Amino acid sequence: MARSTSKDAQALFHSFRSAYAATPTNLKIIDLYVGFAVFTALIQIAYIAIVGSFPFNSFLSGLLSCIGTAVLAVCLRIQVNRENKEFKDLPPERAFADFVLCNLVLHLVIMNFLG
Amino acid sequence: MVGKAEPVNGSVKSGSNQSIPAAMQSPLKKSDLIPNLSLKTLKLKTKQQELLIRVSILCLVYVLAFITRLFSVLRYESMIHEFDPYFNYRTTLFLTEKGFYEFWNWFDSESWYPLGRIIGGTLYPGLMVTAAIIYWLLRFLRFAIHIREVCVLTAPFFASNTTLVAYFFGKEVWDSGAGLVAAALIAICPGYISRSVAGSYDNEGVAIFALLLTFYLFVKAVNTGSLAWALASAFGYFYMVSAWGGYVFIINLIPLYVLVLLITGRYSMRLYVAYNSMYVLGMLLAMQIRFVGFQHVQSGEHMAAMGVFFLLQVFFFLDWVKHLLSDTKLFQAFLRITVTTAIAVGAIALGVGTASGYISPWTGRFYSLLDPTYAKDHIPIIASVSEHQPTAWSSFMFDFHILLFLFPAGLYFCFKRLSDATIFIVMYGLTSIYFAGVMVRLILVATPAVCLISAIAVSATIKNLTLVARAKNKVTQTGFVRGSSSLKGSSKASLDQSQPFQRNGAIALLLGAFYLLSKYATHCTWVTSEAYSSPSIVLAARGAHGNRVIFDDYREAYFWLRKNTPPDAKVMSWWDYGYQITAMGNRTVIVDNNTWNNTHIATVGRAMSSYENEAYEIMRSLDVDYVLVVFGGVTGYSSDDINKFLWMVRIGGGVFPVIKEPDYLVNGEYRVDKGAAPKMLNCLMYKLSYYRFGELTTEYGKPPGYDRARGVEIGNKDIKLEYLEEAFTTSNWIVRIYKVKPPNNRWERCSIFTLGPHCAALPFSGNVSWLGRINFSTNAGIG
Repeated sequence: MARSTSKDAQALFHSFRSAYAATPTNLKIIDLYVGFAVFTALIQIAYIAIVGSFPFNSFLSGLLSCIGTAVLAVCLRIQVNRENKEFKDLPPERAFADFVLCNLVLHLVIMNFLG
Repeated sequence: MVGKAEPVNGSVKSGSNQSIPAAMQSPLKKSDLIPNLSLKTLKLKTKQQELLIRVSILCLVYVLAFITRLFSVLRYESMIHEFDPYFNYRTTLFLTEKGFYEFWNWFDSESWYPLGRIIGGTLYPGLMVTAAIIYWLLRFLRFAIHIREVCVLTAPFFASNTTLVAYFFGKEVWDSGAGLVAAALIAICPGYISRSVAGSYDNEGVAIFALLLTFYLFVKAVNTGSLAWALASAFGYFYMVSAWGGYVFIINLIPLYVLVLLITGRYSMRLYVAYNSMYVLGMLLAMQIRFVGFQHVQSGEHMAAMGVFFLLQVFFFLDWVKHLLSDTKLFQAFLRITVTTAIAVGAIALGVGTASGYISPWTGRFYSLLDPTYAKDHIPIIASVSEHQPTAWSSFMFDFHILLFLFPAGLYFCFKRLSDATIFIVMYGLTSIYFAGVMVRLILVATPAVCLISAIAVSATIKNLTLVARAKNKVTQTGFVRGSSSLKGSSKASLDQSQPFQRNGAIALLLGAFYLLSKYATHCTWVTSEAYSSPSIVLAARGAHGNRVIFDDYREAYFWLRKNTPPDAKVMSWWDYGYQITAMGNRTVIVDNNTWNNTHIATVGRAMSSYENEAYEIMRSLDVDYVLVVFGGVTGYSSDDINKFLWMVRIGGGVFPVIKEPDYLVNGEYRVDKGAAPKMLNCLMYKLSYYRFGELTTEYGKPPGYDRARGVEIGNKDIKLEYLEEAFTTSNWIVRIYKVKPPNNRWERCSIFTLGPHCAALPFSGNVSWLGRINFSTNAGIG
């Protein structure tokens, strides 16, 4: 039973890897950025597990800046991906401009909230 | 363009079928026969005509929404109404005088003496900041206006803006015709007017605008999938959070809507973009308000949004993996593992959070919406507010009129043409109607939804009817050059037999619709004029000869307080009047409308329900200098303190078991006449209300001491006050102010017949005269 699930998992992993290799480079860059943001968030969570969450507003602002920018990057990826038929008419420059604007607002609020 | 002009639904107001496309008529010089006041002389194309009609209708609706709220300003004067707006006015005044930094960090020692109140951290600043910005803008343009005028007219101004947002929202959900009707309906709907008249300077006036704006921007974001619209809706949400505590409705409705879309299979990438950006940015912005603080991550009421956020991540991640993988079998296995892990993790996190108390449960205020009987048993203060009572059918009819049966009709149309936007408006309508049924005050939140859905019904019906009514014109115009104004053309013979009946039926129904809408307009104006335009602080009545009599007692009393008491005097009254006393009388109060400290209010309630000597001890411990009571026995004013007295007993008894409600009732009945309970006849509230009232004749043919508000002759007419003295009674006896006497300077000769605080405390001190010492031994230990 375990061997079949592990073989399943391996097959899954392989097919996933081969399918992912086919995605365009610009999307891979965005994925890398999302991965970096999530990784930073995990580091922060590990930190508060060790040290404690005082001051809470600083913790929240740090964590939410990571999660926020990750979410916005995923939205950018969705809008830029040429396979999405809903966003066919959206020029990628406009999508990127929206992304920059939202990030600007996000980080301004973070700066205020950081204390 | 020929003969295909779409029926302009703005013609609801004019009820006319006569708008004729100009392109049809200009080659025939029809305009020569009609005087210059005609659209055709402007030689506009149909699209421009339509734009002109739309813009002019919107302008008229904008002005209408503003002026229909001005009844009380015209009848009385430009002043702030009721109780809560006085606090908002006071804080706005402080903001404009001292600046934003002082306002944000304000600690007020003039209320809740001796505790004080952190105003900067316990209010919703949106309304005050909005009024202050308008004030500074006007000052910048050199309009020398007083902040009070700005405060009084803020709510009507934002009501006008709400009609504009309603137009755009209606256009987004259905079409521009529905938008126009929605704007017109919401401009005069009494449910909204009740909390946004001129003078009602309260959070709801601005909050409903913010609510509708947030919903409109979010629906727009879902429809377009654009990050810019999602950012705008996050800012709309921030404005709503800064304006009113009812933002909890938004942060629960939107996740519920996302969930419904997911379940019904209408999800798309646009939904992901819209909800996620709005949630993260909105949550961060909302946490900037001190009063809200960390509630978005710690309070049970906000957990639904977070749960849906995580659900969306999982859902779309699975969707992406499925799209990437070609083998469905492998994907099923992967799906199973991921879903079970995600659900398990989520459930564990929620369980641990709730059990450990980290995620606070739903607060009483909102829990009582889900379980309406909760407040009555557990939190008497919430139950005592009259606006929190369940709604009667008559209130619904009063506030909505024909919208009440247009609402189900609109629901039918929405279900016929389901889209993301109509699903949203249906959900908003149903949830808000449920809450409106639980609490009278929440009819306000339901009003925009009801207006929008009814507008859809009206617009769709009238559009269909006018299409039917104009159908004959299409057939006849091919052969006729005369205008369609001659509806009784002689080509009847060439048509089907059913056509004239259909056409006549359609015209009859159109006339009926016009009649209904005009009745609605009449009703709304009548309701506004009669019921919702009273300032509550100034009372009016009809005199014996039909002339209007004004009772301005409240302001008289507060002005007396302001001018005749020392600046550091402390006033004790029931919490209803706290805001007004601080704002107009400029004196420190013990409790006010914020009701944040139940024990403090219960202390005041206990003082009011005790005998005079026990109450004097409580008042001395609170440093009270003056006591204020409201009494309606002379004028027949029924919202006075004697009618509220049982709530004082209940709230006081909730904290101090020495106060028992059955002591004040006789056979479960609340009476103030001869048959009343003895504790009732001698408690402080009774004495202060009816002091010297026994000598007054209030009505011809009735004995002196006849209480006009209760309709009985009072039981205890011979009232003597020992520890207080009467300081001021207003001209109609509505407000009565008493001064608390300080303790005696010298020890009275104490005997077994005089008991009380001023006889006690220092049993064997050398200050006592040798005469006093003889009698003191009888009282040793009594204290």
